[in-house]
Amino acid sequence: MIRLLQRVLHLIPVLLGTILVVFAMTAATPGDPVQIMLGDQRATPEQIAALRHDMGLDLPLAERFVSFAWRALHGEFGRSFFHRRPVLDVIADRLPATIELTLAATVLALGIGIPLGLLAGVRRGHVTDRAASITALVGVSLPGFWLGLLLMLLFSVTLHWFPVSGRTGYGDEPAAVTHLLLIDSLLAGRPAAFFEALRHLALPAITLALPMAAVLMRVTRAAVVDVLRADYVLFAEAKGLSRRRVLLVHVMKNALAPAVSVAALEIGALLGGNMIVETIFAWPGVGRLVVESIFARNYPVVQAAVLLYALVFVLLNGLADVLYGVLNPRISA
Amino acid sequence: MSASIALPEVSPAALGLRRFVSDRTSLCCTAIVLLAALTALFAPVIAPHDPSDADLLRRLQPPVWQADGTWDYPLGCDGLGRDILSRLIFGARVSLGVGFGVVLVSSVIGTVLGTVAGFARGVIDTVLSRIADVLLGFPYLVFAIGLMGMMGPGLGNIVVTLVLKEWVVAFRVARGETLGAREQDYVEAARAVGCPAWRIMGGEILPNILSPVLVVATIRMAHVIIMESSLSFLGLGVQPPSVSWGGMVADGREFLADGWWIATLPGLAILIVVLAINLASQGAREAFDPRLHR
Repeated sequence: MIRLLQRVLHLIPVLLGTILVVFAMTAATPGDPVQIMLGDQRATPEQIAALRHDMGLDLPLAERFVSFAWRALHGEFGRSFFHRRPVLDVIADRLPATIELTLAATVLALGIGIPLGLLAGVRRGHVTDRAASITALVGVSLPGFWLGLLLMLLFSVTLHWFPVSGRTGYGDEPAAVTHLLLIDSLLAGRPAAFFEALRHLALPAITLALPMAAVLMRVTRAAVVDVLRADYVLFAEAKGLSRRRVLLVHVMKNALAPAVSVAALEIGALLGGNMIVETIFAWPGVGRLVVESIFARNYPVVQAAVLLYALVFVLLNGLADVLYGVLNPRISA
Repeated sequence: MSASIALPEVSPAALGLRRFVSDRTSLCCTAIVLLAALTALFAPVIAPHDPSDADLLRRLQPPVWQADGTWDYPLGCDGLGRDILSRLIFGARVSLGVGFGVVLVSSVIGTVLGTVAGFARGVIDTVLSRIADVLLGFPYLVFAIGLMGMMGPGLGNIVVTLVLKEWVVAFRVARGETLGAREQDYVEAARAVGCPAWRIMGGEILPNILSPVLVVATIRMAHVIIMESSLSFLGLGVQPPSVSWGGMVADGREFLADGWWIATLPGLAILIVVLAINLASQGAREAFDPRLHR
């Protein structure tokens, strides 16, 4: 309990620091952000001054930061001039697509990486182990954007199994309940829409999942190899427990802790990776919104989305720390 | 004690080198990386054509092994009729240059700060470690894309962005190793004879923590190369006429159906170099880390 409290307290300076870094990024914009955002549009000096005030640019730097942090903590990021709506609304619209993609990729990565890692670790030195290890090494060396294009080239362009882009077919969108298409289409009782959404989701999710699966596999394998050497496993085997029971009860439980903490870190990589994957597959999520907004010089959206990504990552790491303690009580002692 | 046993005088570094050289995979991968580095260095001499020389008559010219391929353009041409091979050769300059440069600069910064933080402890350590925590709290690509998006594309901005994120890795390694080293007898002895702090750090601690820092630096180079190519792929990296592998893959996106080689070949180049660096650094870690040879 005390440990939990310590972890939460430790998060506060990190969160504040994160806000500071995002704030500093804005300061790195060359030139006058207002002029850049207005671009070629004509604006009266009054409008420019109003915009400047709106963005808090007329204040001293320290005050600007305090006001930025205060507003960020309240979810106020100003308006997106491009969309003519509050920034947070624009992001909220795109969020379900990103959540669906990230969840699907995480489930896939866990489902591929951990079992393969267990298998490779248990069969250390066998052909299975070597094949899995080589695959994992290639997996961590693959540039994600290239993997996405290769999959697209093979499965969409050549074989026509999957669509090239988008989230679902035209007119296939089910009534929005959770805004996650897979769930909504099932709730609406429309299996055809479900499969259409699944077909669209498949390639982006696989692209995002494979590198993470590779990392998870390596970590799980290393953990299993370590655990198998431990005395308590030898003891369990000496007691005459079946191999299956030893593996399921003793090995798996102890090997999962490092896998979980790495999984949380890897979700950070997923969050960055989805900017690229969403761009490749024209997936209408927050990652693509960030890239579009950069080119549209829509800085308030970039700022808010980057902060959102970073905060989610910090919180996930905090959560992983706590989970690690639950799975592995020794370190909390 | 008899003094008759004469041990051959072999330094741990020489032993490590011997182990490294005897591993065929490591050797082969090192050769690939060196070859890529030489290609980058001598690009203007090696490249058969000017990488920016466009000619729409050669548009989507296929590689030599396909029908209509010619030896003049062995890897084919892109959508503007530019020679893929020459562009790959020039692209190696950006990928390896940024990879090497960023890792070199951030390793120096991170090692100096990490050694000072680990040796001095106190306020300096707390402040630097907090900064490191915050930077680690950012997903790598989110940080890089965000900052590049604000600063604008360009080679200089890429290096600055990646160094700002990357020094933390060397910092953590150097700090951790220094924390262990400062409790050792040789540091205690140096302190006892009145050695000034900077000489203990530079003369005693640094040589002893250098090998883990170097091993980590080689692994990180692979990572930095992927990051640079990802930024260039998104259009946030180096700008034309400079060529980068990530940018070449992006160029090929619209020609997936008619010219698969345009996006595929530069990605393959990234994969080969990154894989070779990963395997070589794995070999180096196994060869030079004394803890693995108990």
